[in-house]
Amino acid sequence: MSKILIIGEIADGKLNSGTAKVVAAAKGIGGDIVIALLGKDVGVAADAAAKLDGVAKVLKVERAENEHILAATFAPQIAELAKDYSHVLFAGTAFGKDIAPRVAAKLDVQQLSDIMHVHGASSFDRPIYAGNAITTVEAPAGTVVATVRLASFTAVGEGGSAAIEAASTSAALPSHTRFVKMEAQKSERPDLQAAAKVVSGGRALGSSENFKVIYDFADKIGAAVGASRAAVDSGYVPNDLQVGQTGKIIAPELYFAVGISGAIQHLAGIKDARTIVAINKDAEAPIFEVADYGLVGDLFQVVPELQGKV
Amino acid sequence: MKALVSVKRVVDYNVRVQVKSDGSGVVTDGVKHSMNPFDEIAMEEAVRLKEKGKLTEIVAVTIGGAKNEETLRTALAFGADRAIHIKEEGEVQPLTAAKAFAAVLKKEDAKLFIAGKQAIDDDANQTGQMVAALLDIAQATFASKVEVDGNKATVTREVDAGLETIEVDLPAVITTDLRLNEPRYLKLPDIMKAKKKPLDATTFADLGVTPGAGFKVTKTVPPPTRSKGVMVKTVDELVAALKAKGLL
Repeated sequence: MSKILIIGEIADGKLNSGTAKVVAAAKGIGGDIVIALLGKDVGVAADAAAKLDGVAKVLKVERAENEHILAATFAPQIAELAKDYSHVLFAGTAFGKDIAPRVAAKLDVQQLSDIMHVHGASSFDRPIYAGNAITTVEAPAGTVVATVRLASFTAVGEGGSAAIEAASTSAALPSHTRFVKMEAQKSERPDLQAAAKVVSGGRALGSSENFKVIYDFADKIGAAVGASRAAVDSGYVPNDLQVGQTGKIIAPELYFAVGISGAIQHLAGIKDARTIVAINKDAEAPIFEVADYGLVGDLFQVVPELQGKV
Repeated sequence: MKALVSVKRVVDYNVRVQVKSDGSGVVTDGVKHSMNPFDEIAMEEAVRLKEKGKLTEIVAVTIGGAKNEETLRTALAFGADRAIHIKEEGEVQPLTAAKAFAAVLKKEDAKLFIAGKQAIDDDANQTGQMVAALLDIAQATFASKVEVDGNKATVTREVDAGLETIEVDLPAVITTDLRLNEPRYLKLPDIMKAKKKPLDATTFADLGVTPGAGFKVTKTVPPPTRSKGVMVKTVDELVAALKAKGLL
């Protein structure tokens, strides 16, 4: 039977919502599911992790050095914990992508990125070429270290009551990497990766000031705000709003693509959205090929009108 | 101070890849290839560091068959001083690539390994981190700003919450994100000059690398397609449609 270790992600003391989706992937593999949380004080996150359906145990790995998330210090500890497990799973977030390969290399195994479907303990689907092809892969013998594509899984519920245990690690930690600062965008809006509704703006917005039309509409319908790479590159919005192949891959119930032409790299980030609405003045824009509802028009007229009518 | 920059030849980012009908992979024959865009950013960053006097030599490295020499010539046109071609015809998975790069990094005694954060073919996003792990050195992934000062580098990283800044001791691995820089257009004189720059060949065997067990791809299929939806004429029509589906 598989023994699965999930490395939970913590931001501002809270458990990242993606962890519940990684548990869903782990349930597909089947076996004992253990969540390890690394940090200085992980109590709040551990309580949340213990509630997730299907989790047998939560390990608190609390060390002063774990105050900041650094791959260089997290990876040796995770590699040490991993020796008792058949699988080590991470969310396919910046956190997981930074740390998982470092853990895999320490264990001398190849790593699997972006599991989108689980066929069994050693058989998985993953996307390549920005999701333009899906491969089925068989893992070799040895520990499977993988990241999970969050948009492909539905979070498990919260009926569980797993045991919470303290775990210690003895791995020597390097001092060659030091945290300096985090510039996080504080926002009252829903989290882009977990939101049921998302309104994204593209290059056609034209400026940072004009993005107000996107924020206002998003606030009216309780949506998160996203953006295309072009809008981020142009400096209209910060990088953490980017949706696409190299930004965030999301799966909301409802996605508005406003003034976004629909490059394949952007489409790679929204393929799992339930309903896509495209608003663009160019009737030939590729976004209309994938949209469930398309409206050709000037976004600066359409979006405020839409806002007034919902 | 020397930097090693890895570059990969991939299907050009503008090509819409086609999956072979027998499920054995994607069509790469007769398709335009170019340097992985993230590696162009890595090359550009190395060249800028050299222009600022932070580096004295840039060595470009790639792994692959004969055609990969073109990619190394592109790297030399960007401004690499010389190039190393690790000749390997077969498929190479990230840990194997990382072992080869780590061996070259050690042999060259380079203080920086700069690579794209991911290649746009396999989208793995692993090799840089693995090089750092194998050598037990620092890693600064997804870089959007790099400052090198003596034996240290300060790197701003694009993470999910925003921008994180870390300080690393050299030697270190840096993987590049999209907004680190805008790669220059290559000029004809530089392309001509690149043809005369030194390009050495080596092999996994020379570097003492033995590929271990890897993932086996058993099937490749196209993604499920989204069917084209309906075009609405007015905002009222759109609102009615979304309300009918219970989405608003």
